[in-house]
Amino acid sequence: MSDEHTLNPEIMPEEPEKATLEGRNKFLGFWFFLGGETVLFASLFGTYLALKGSNNGGPTADELFGLELVFIMTMLLLTSSLTSVYAIYHMKNNDFKKMQLWLGITVILGLAFLGCELYEFTEYILHEDFTFRSSAFGSAFYTLVGFHGGHVLFGLLWIVTLMARNAKRGLNLYNAPKFYVASLYWHFIDVVWVFIFTVVYLMGVI
Amino acid sequence: MAENTNSSNSHLDYHKQKKKDEMKQQVITFALMIIFTIIAFGMVTSGLDKLFVVPILLLLAVVQVGFQLYYFMHMSHKGHELPSLMMYGGAAVAFLTVLTMVVLVWW
Amino acid sequence: MSSTIAQKRGFASTLWDYLTTVDHKKIGIMYLIAGGFFFLVGGLEAMAIRWQLVRPENDFVSAGFYNELLTMHGTTMIFLAAMPLIFALMNAVVPLQIGARDVAFPFLNSLGFWLFLFGGVLLNCSWFLGGAPDAGWTAYAPLSTTSPGHGVDFYVLGLQISGAGTLIGGINFLVTIVNMRAPGMTYMRMPLFTWTAFVTSALILFAFPALTVGLFLLMFDRMFGSGFFDAGMGGNSVIWEHLFWIFGHPEVYILILPAFGVFSDVFSTFSKKRLFGYTAMVFATVLIGFLGFMVWAHHMFTVGLGPAANSIFAVATMAIAVPTGIKIFNWLFTLWGGNIKINSAMLWALGFIPSFTIGGMTGVMLAAAAADYQFHDTYFVVAHFHYVIVGGVVFGIFSGLHYWWPKMFGKILNEGLGKFTFWTFFIGFHLTFFIQHFLGLMGMPRRYWIYLENQGLDTGNAVSTAGAFLMAIGTIVFLYNVIITSVKGEKVSGDPWDGRTLEWSIPSPPPHYNFRQTPLVRGLDPLWIEKSEGRKGMTPAEPLGDIHMPNSSILPFVMSLGLFIASFGFIYQTSDKSWLSLVFIGMGILLGCMFIRSVKDDHGYHIHKEDLDKEAGL
Repeated sequence: MSDEHTLNPEIMPEEPEKATLEGRNKFLGFWFFLGGETVLFASLFGTYLALKGSNNGGPTADELFGLELVFIMTMLLLTSSLTSVYAIYHMKNNDFKKMQLWLGITVILGLAFLGCELYEFTEYILHEDFTFRSSAFGSAFYTLVGFHGGHVLFGLLWIVTLMARNAKRGLNLYNAPKFYVASLYWHFIDVVWVFIFTVVYLMGVI
Repeated sequence: MAENTNSSNSHLDYHKQKKKDEMKQQVITFALMIIFTIIAFGMVTSGLDKLFVVPILLLLAVVQVGFQLYYFMHMSHKGHELPSLMMYGGAAVAFLTVLTMVVLVWW
Repeated sequence: MSSTIAQKRGFASTLWDYLTTVDHKKIGIMYLIAGGFFFLVGGLEAMAIRWQLVRPENDFVSAGFYNELLTMHGTTMIFLAAMPLIFALMNAVVPLQIGARDVAFPFLNSLGFWLFLFGGVLLNCSWFLGGAPDAGWTAYAPLSTTSPGHGVDFYVLGLQISGAGTLIGGINFLVTIVNMRAPGMTYMRMPLFTWTAFVTSALILFAFPALTVGLFLLMFDRMFGSGFFDAGMGGNSVIWEHLFWIFGHPEVYILILPAFGVFSDVFSTFSKKRLFGYTAMVFATVLIGFLGFMVWAHHMFTVGLGPAANSIFAVATMAIAVPTGIKIFNWLFTLWGGNIKINSAMLWALGFIPSFTIGGMTGVMLAAAAADYQFHDTYFVVAHFHYVIVGGVVFGIFSGLHYWWPKMFGKILNEGLGKFTFWTFFIGFHLTFFIQHFLGLMGMPRRYWIYLENQGLDTGNAVSTAGAFLMAIGTIVFLYNVIITSVKGEKVSGDPWDGRTLEWSIPSPPPHYNFRQTPLVRGLDPLWIEKSEGRKGMTPAEPLGDIHMPNSSILPFVMSLGLFIASFGFIYQTSDKSWLSLVFIGMGILLGCMFIRSVKDDHGYHIHKEDLDKEAGL
C-alpha cells in the first residue's frame, strides 16, 4: 500500500525516471544493452561492407538505390527522434497528456517510415528481381536493413503498449522509467539509421 | 512553511526555465541534423569526387550520431559516466569489427 | 500468491518454487545442477573420444559419430558446463559480497537461466533426432553450411537461445555491481571475485552480439537460402571465422577471469592475508579484458590474413602474458609469509598455478605466428587449451565450489573425499594432456578419428586415455562427496573459514533477503576489519525496517519454452513448411509473455519488520 503513495508523489521529482532504485537499474541496464547493440549492428555493417560488391550478376548498389525515398525516410525518422525528445520533455514537466500526444506523433512517423521501407523492399523484389536469395549482397542488404526495420517495428509495439497501458492512470514513478527507456531505444534506432543511410545508400550510389 | 513553499516554487520555476532552454537547444540540434543530412544527400547527387565525398559523409554521420547521443539521449548530463563508458566500449569493438571486415576479408 | 502455495512444502510445491523463483541463490543452485549435468554429459563424450583413440585404428565409434562427439564435447563444455557453472558461483556469491539483498533484475536473472537451460536441452535433443552437429565447436563454414541433416541447425538455435540468456545475465550482473553495492562498498573495496564478475559481464556484453549475428547468418544460410558463406553466390566464409572469434576469444577470458577471482579470494582467505597487490590485480583484470578484444585473429593465423595482420595480432597476444604474469606473482606473494591452511579449496588453487602457467607458456608459443603454422590443428593446440580451460576454469570451479559450498548449502564438503578428488583429477589431468603436447609436435592432427600404428603415437595416446579415466574417477568421487555431504554432513556456522568478505557475515545458507540490515563497509575485506577491531559482525548501515523483495514469476520459464518450441519450427520448416506453425505458436507465446510482463504491474512485496524480529527470535 505504501507503494501507491511513494510511486505517486505530489510533486514529481526532477528526474522521475531515476527516482526509484528500479528506475536507476532500468536506466543503466538499458544503456548497457545499447552498448551491446552497437556491436550487434557493427557486425551486420561489417558483413554488409564485406559483401556489398558480391552481386552475383544481379543489380549493383548504384543501379538499385534511389535517393528520393531514402531522403524521405531519413526525414521521417529524424523528426520522430525530435518528437520523442518532446515527449520526454513533457514527462519531466509532468504533463502526461502532452507526452502521450508527442509519443503518438512519434508512432505515426515510425509507421510511415516502416511503410516506406516495405514499399522499397517490394519494389526491389517484384521489379528489380533483387531478393534475399539472389546474391550475397542481397542477403547482407536485407539482413542489415531488415534488422533495423525489425527494431523499428518492435519499438512501435513497445511504445503503443506503454501508451495504452498507462492511458488512464497517467504518469507515476513506476512507469516513468519505462517511457524514458523506450525513448532511448527510439533514439538508438535513429542512430543506426544515420549509418545505414550514409554507408548503405549514399556510399552505395556514389 | 510559507517560505518553504515559496522557495520550492521558485526552485520549480528555475528548473522549468532550464528545461525550456534545453528544449530550445534540442530544436537547434535537430535543425543542424537536418542541415547535415541535406548536405550529405546534396554532396552525393552533385557528383563530386568520391575520395573527397566519402570521408565527409562519414564525418557528418559521426557528428549526427554524437548529437543524438549527447543531446537527444542526454549523454552530456551528469550521471551518464557508465553509459558513456559502455557506449564507447561498444563503439571501440564495433570499430574493430567493421575495420576487420573491410580490410581483412577478401577473395 | 506463490508464497501461499509454497507453504504446503510438497514435492510439487518445491518444484513450482524453483520454476518461478527469482531468488539469485536458488537460481545459482539451478545453474549448478544444470551446469553439473552438462559437465557430466560433456565428460561422457570426452571418455568416448579417448576410448576411440586408445589404440591405433580403433573402431569403437564410426567416423561420423566421432565428429558428432568432438563437436558436442567442445560445445557442451564451453557453453553448457563452464559458462553456467561460472554463473552459478556468480549468482550465489556476488550479491552477498557487495552487501545486496538481491540482483538488479531478478526477473531477467531467472529468464537468463531458463534460456540457457532450454538452449542446452535443444542442442542435446539433436542426439535423438537424427544426429548431433558435426562441424566442430567452431562450426566453420562451408563445413557447417553444407553439413547434411539437422545437427548444425540444432547447434545454431541452441546456442542462439542460450547465448541470449548469457547476455541477459551479463547485463544483470553489470547493473547489480554498479547500483546495488552496500554503503561504503566502493569499487576499490570490492572483493576480487566481484571485480572479475564485473569485467566478465562487460566482456559478455560486447562479445556475445557478434556470436548472435554470426549464428543468425549461419541460420539464414542453412534455413532460408541466403548466401553469406556460399562462394557460389559471392559469399565469403572468412566472415564467419571473424565473427566467431571476435566472440570466441573474449569468451575464453569470460571463462577464466571469474576463476582468477575465485583463486584470489581463496588464497587470501586461507593465507590469512590481505590479497597482495590488490590494485595491481584489479588493473590486470581490466587490462586482460581490454586486450582480450584485440587478439582474436591469432586463431586464424593460417587463414592467410597476411604478415602485417598476423604480426599485429601476434604482438597483442603476447602482451596478454604481462597482466597474467602480474597475477601469478601476486598470488605467490599473497601466499608468501601467510598463515597457510591447506584444504581442498586451497589444493585446487595451488594446483592451478603450475598447470595454468604451463598453458600460458604454450599460449605464447602459439602466439608466434610463424611457429603456429607448425602447431596449427595439431594436438599441441588441444593440449594448450585444455591446460588453460581445465587447469584454469575447471580447477577454479572446483576450488570455488569447495570454498562456497558451506555458504550455498550450510555444509562443508567432506575434506578426505575432496582431497582424493583433487589428487586423482590433478594427476589424471596432467597424464591426459601433458603428453598431447608431444603427440602434437610429432604431427598428430586434431579431430581425426583414427591414427596408424608404428608412427610413434601409440604409447602417448594410451597414456592419455589412462589419464582421462583418472579424471573420471575424480569426478565420480566428487559427486559421491556431494551426496554424502548433503545426507550426512554437519551444519556449519555462517563463517566456517574465518572469512574476510561480506558473504561470511551472514548465516549459511543465507535467508532469502540475505542481509537483515544492510552492512556498513569500512574498507577492503570488510568483515576482517570488524573482526580485527574485536567486533563479531558487521555494523549495520540502517535501522531494522521493512525489506522489499521481488515477486516470483513463471513467465521466464514460459518465455524460454516458447523459444524452444519455435526453434523446432525453424529447424524442420526446411523440409515441410507446415512446421512454420510451430514458429508462430512459439513466438506467439514469447511475445504474449512479454506483453503480460509489460502490462501487469509488478511491485514486489515487503517483509515486515515484525516478521524479521520473529525469525530472529526463533
